[in-house]
Amino acid sequence: MVALASWGRLECPAHRLEFLTDRDQVAARLQRVAESGIAYGMGRSYGDICLAPNGISWQTRGLDRFIAFDPVAGRLICEAGVLLRDIQRFAVPRGWMLPVTPGTQLVTVGGAIANDVHGKNHHVFGAFGNHVLGLRLARTDGSIIDCGPQMQPDWFAATIGGMGLTGIVVTATLQLRPVPGPWLVTETVPFVGLDTFFELADSSEAEWEYTVSWIDCLSGAATRGLFMRGNHRAGVAGKLPHGKRRAVPFVPPISLVNRLSLRPFNAAYYELKQRQRGLKIEHYEPFFYPLDNLLAWNRIYGPKGFYQYQSVMPRAAGRDAIAAMLQAIAVAGEGSFLAVLKTFGQRESVGMMSFPQAGVTLALDFPNKGSATQRLFARLDAIVQEAGGRIYPAKDARMSRAMFTAGYPRLQEFLNYRDPGLHSAFSQRLMDPP
Amino acid sequence: MSKNLRHIVLVGATSTLAIHCARLWLAQGAMRVTLIGRDEARCARVAEDLQARCLEATIAVKVLTSFDDPAVITACVEAVCAAAVPDTVLIAHGMLSDQAQCQQDVATCRDALIVNGLSPVLFAEAFAAVMDKVGRGQIGIIGSVAGDRGRQSNYVYGAAKGLVARYAEGMQHRFAGRGVTITLIKPGPTDTPMTAGLKAEGANLADPADVAADIVQALERGTRIVYTPRKWQIIMLVIRHIPACIFAKLRL
Repeated sequence: MVALASWGRLECPAHRLEFLTDRDQVAARLQRVAESGIAYGMGRSYGDICLAPNGISWQTRGLDRFIAFDPVAGRLICEAGVLLRDIQRFAVPRGWMLPVTPGTQLVTVGGAIANDVHGKNHHVFGAFGNHVLGLRLARTDGSIIDCGPQMQPDWFAATIGGMGLTGIVVTATLQLRPVPGPWLVTETVPFVGLDTFFELADSSEAEWEYTVSWIDCLSGAATRGLFMRGNHRAGVAGKLPHGKRRAVPFVPPISLVNRLSLRPFNAAYYELKQRQRGLKIEHYEPFFYPLDNLLAWNRIYGPKGFYQYQSVMPRAAGRDAIAAMLQAIAVAGEGSFLAVLKTFGQRESVGMMSFPQAGVTLALDFPNKGSATQRLFARLDAIVQEAGGRIYPAKDARMSRAMFTAGYPRLQEFLNYRDPGLHSAFSQRLMDPP
Repeated sequence: MSKNLRHIVLVGATSTLAIHCARLWLAQGAMRVTLIGRDEARCARVAEDLQARCLEATIAVKVLTSFDDPAVITACVEAVCAAAVPDTVLIAHGMLSDQAQCQQDVATCRDALIVNGLSPVLFAEAFAAVMDKVGRGQIGIIGSVAGDRGRQSNYVYGAAKGLVARYAEGMQHRFAGRGVTITLIKPGPTDTPMTAGLKAEGANLADPADVAADIVQALERGTRIVYTPRKWQIIMLVIRHIPACIFAKLRL
């Protein structure tokens, strides 16, 4: 048994590891092993969705092969353990790119599908699942299901955003999008006030493909933040980033993100970025994946780990709900460094259980301080629920059944597609009979 | 297909490190790659992966019935070199043997020595003969940090890798100042199917893509010995110099 954690490092439960390396053998292996468990790629989801304490952890990184690439249509067939980074580095020099990637490229294709991840261009390209043309699912009864938007679309809709619970994704066919090269023109616009944020978001969506904001959640009613936007740019001959990677070398005894450090952290970040306001040319890697060169950055939250709290709310109620959430955080004397605010577009997600929906999403991180953190979350939950919003399962380790059921109206339908031989701590907590 | 394409030969082509090295090479552009392995289906899968990553590449597969029969090896090397004399040969096969089993069963012990020690040497010798004639080429052999000092936990594997190390040293001496370079690679424990057992016990393993990047760089530079990740050079320096009386008390 091996102790395995997710990115939030809240717990480190024991698992029996099973390594998948041969795509033709996955279904047979799943059938042969009697115990239940869940697939594990890079362990980049934050909560308990990739964990199955005392169960099997199906390690998918050995499924890392490309199968075919069509350079004319920009279609890639690959195994589910391939990293998005490998696809990007392969495709960009050939004039293609993944249409949707999250804030890290160190995730597997299977993980991106299971969580139907989104990125900074949701208002243009939707979520990851919108660009999956097909996938192969292996089930623990030994069967194989090939599905896609046109083929067995119900299985496809259950598996996209299906949290790895419908089977193990073995291969996928991905539609890439053309790009002129690795360069973006980006702009950082400092703003004050949530209304200004929404004005910026609305005015940017038509002209800018990528938009995202960092907010200083300690800045009170006049919320200050940095609105960052970007577009692909052709004809740039710049210097490629040197890609020096550093790692947080050890887990500090206490969270480095704390009451004392957060205010100067946030102030310094704002000042630094504020000075870099305006247009610049940037390589896609630092703009899309700012933390990827700091390996194991999750260690800065100390031995108790941290929570991410990401919600999405419909636009109409979103502004006031976000103001209320920031207020609740201030009242609780808490704060978040990686506070990210973004509007989602109208594009419908493919999955029954996909998180993205039209509106506005706020992601926050909190060091785990036990019951104090839980009390704050209860307050935030109430605000999100009142606004008709929901929480992102990929980041969750604590939401209630009521919250989950209310946020995901297709849950009952989804349960019909679950693989009875797979479970996660998340599914036990929120789906299985108590 | 042009004869001028760089020709890279991977012996033990289904090994994770060989695959990662090939991916890095093919990212540089079109070349000819010959995969030598035992398992036809797995070789085909590697070929498919490499071809998808570089459509312009020419990928050939040679499946061998034996990796230690001199006649099979000689015939294979002749056939590969008849197509084009390789510019680079990476000898990557190996199998992490179970030390306890090697101690109980002499046949297992022999197999571990053959696959990790004898076989790589035979391939290197056969390719070196051809490269010697044309006066150029790079040979990379994957040894191991385990070959640096015999330890109770895996000395059979270590002895085979030690054989490879001493062999590489001799080859480097033989080709000193001539166009052929021999690079001995000593990876630390790396995250590959070979070490799945270690990983299942929770060992901290190196990323094969990082190790492969070190291997490719060392071959391009003609480095004689490369430890990867680099920290293993220091670790093994210490381990090699622990006095026997203290070493005897350690359960390494």
